[in-house]
Amino acid sequence: MADIRPSGYSKHRKKQTYTRRLGTRASPLQMLMSERVGGMLALLLVIAVLPLVLANNYQYDVAITIGINAIVVIGLNLLIGYAGQISLGHAGFFALGAYASAILTSRYGLHGALAMPLGALGVGLLAYIMARPILRLSGHYLAMATLGVGVIINIVISREAWLTGGPDGMYVPAMEVWGVELYGGQIWYWIVAAFLVLAIWISLNVIDSPVGRALRGLHGAEVAAEVAGVDTTRYKVMVFVLSAVMASVAGSLAAHFSEFVTPEKASFFHSILFVTMVVFGGMASTFGALVGAAVLTVLPQLLADFASYEHMILGLIMMTVMIFMPRGLVPTLSGLARRRGARR
Amino acid sequence: MSLLRVENLSIHFGGVQAIQDLDFAIDAGTIHSIIGPNGAGKTTLFNLITGLYRPSAGAIYLDDVQIAGKRPHDLARMGLSRTFQNLRIMMNMTAVENVMVGRHLHLNTNLLACMLRLPMIVRGDRAARKRCIELMDMVGLGADIDADAGTMPYGALKRLEIARALAAEPRLLLLDEPAAGLNERETKEIDDVIVAVARSGVTVVLVEHDMKLVMGISDHILVLDHGRKLAQGTPEEVRNNPAVVAAYLGNV
Repeated sequence: MADIRPSGYSKHRKKQTYTRRLGTRASPLQMLMSERVGGMLALLLVIAVLPLVLANNYQYDVAITIGINAIVVIGLNLLIGYAGQISLGHAGFFALGAYASAILTSRYGLHGALAMPLGALGVGLLAYIMARPILRLSGHYLAMATLGVGVIINIVISREAWLTGGPDGMYVPAMEVWGVELYGGQIWYWIVAAFLVLAIWISLNVIDSPVGRALRGLHGAEVAAEVAGVDTTRYKVMVFVLSAVMASVAGSLAAHFSEFVTPEKASFFHSILFVTMVVFGGMASTFGALVGAAVLTVLPQLLADFASYEHMILGLIMMTVMIFMPRGLVPTLSGLARRRGARR
Repeated sequence: MSLLRVENLSIHFGGVQAIQDLDFAIDAGTIHSIIGPNGAGKTTLFNLITGLYRPSAGAIYLDDVQIAGKRPHDLARMGLSRTFQNLRIMMNMTAVENVMVGRHLHLNTNLLACMLRLPMIVRGDRAARKRCIELMDMVGLGADIDADAGTMPYGALKRLEIARALAAEPRLLLLDEPAAGLNERETKEIDDVIVAVARSGVTVVLVEHDMKLVMGISDHILVLDHGRKLAQGTPEEVRNNPAVVAAYLGNV
């Protein structure tokens, strides 16, 4: 079949693009502009330079919270932005990861570095079992079902006080590695940064792979993807589990960093916050997820001076951005930059 | 032995009998057209064959294996591929990425390997991209490789669907009105593509209203009316069948 040559619909245009389209090697400049190389380098640079700017423990706290939120949002973006499914219950998986770390270390004496993957494994299993029936639904119905999942997790954590400490929360013992206690912003900054870089790297890799194309394909035209051989149910379950595991890992990080967990982490509003970060930063954009998490973590802190007007101003800013940048911050801005570049 | 065989196939939606007691067979290596007035059940038949609908009764055999009720992605694995009458293009992807989704079954889809971007994934994607560009050249989309699918004109998207269906390397390709909405020149190009595909060894089944196209390239034609078989045979036999003329033009 490869021998069949086209009738030559547009030969003159074809020549121009020929070198680039097969282009197995991109030029150094193209690589710098790409997300995987350029974006990662920029990210590493920011992470390396940021400690020079961070003046006190409070600012370190904010930076670490950005990183933790971003890990959840990057996973959620794979589910919402790329695969086109919705979850209003991911704070539940985040909290389960946090409580798994808290309970396994404080009550069963496990090391934190072991509790985290065990928690992630448990959350992954739970997400897998729930995903099949839930992901048969779509749209508003899927939103309702995932909302229910989050609410149930929240209630269980609040009620089972013998295990979780109930509404008052519970302490998490400090993690120790080779006799050194991991405590304080300066240490956790680097730990969270390492996990964040890993999350972004994995997300960029998945998107630009056969799995990523299957996910985007089932978002764009589910029946066509199915007919092309994509087991759409399997891929929906896969991305749901992956995003739940990422939320669980972020939850474990949060538990060990703050050394305290509360059922608040599983609240409905926390889930909504994560989804808002995805949409605000830009759906189907990994760096958009990071920017969304950063802006919506920092903004409330900056607006704290306005006291009771804080929420009004925050809401106003979000409304304005979504009206003028409906695709979210990063896709809109990068689209603008590209058009500027093309005009020159 | 026939490649595809349909026996006593029926499906009803509530009280509507969309397909009734249909029997036919398709030999490998031929171009087979299905024609009939609007509402005759042509697209319904495609949806039954490709697993989107479950028949109310009857059986469908691919290579003598019963396939009725199997899920579409399993049928794709067995060598079935199709296009859609109403475009089903992934508008959130580029043109070549659409075709690469069609290549899904031939790629390594191990999640861990993809997460770590192992060299085999990079190599596989590079080869797939090259193959998909060849297919896009073949259907005349060589200039639109990295275009966003959402920015392409209707005629180009029709051909993009064919390239995506071919990327799976099917044995049996079902084309649902590939020439609908195309002008005469574009129809001629599609015509060439279909003949080329058939010559390469793929069995083609075509639903089409453009009689010039159908009569010109088909080896065999099946005529449906109200979900029943009205006639079948070579283009010549069908053209001279009084029942077919009556169905299309009314009783004279």
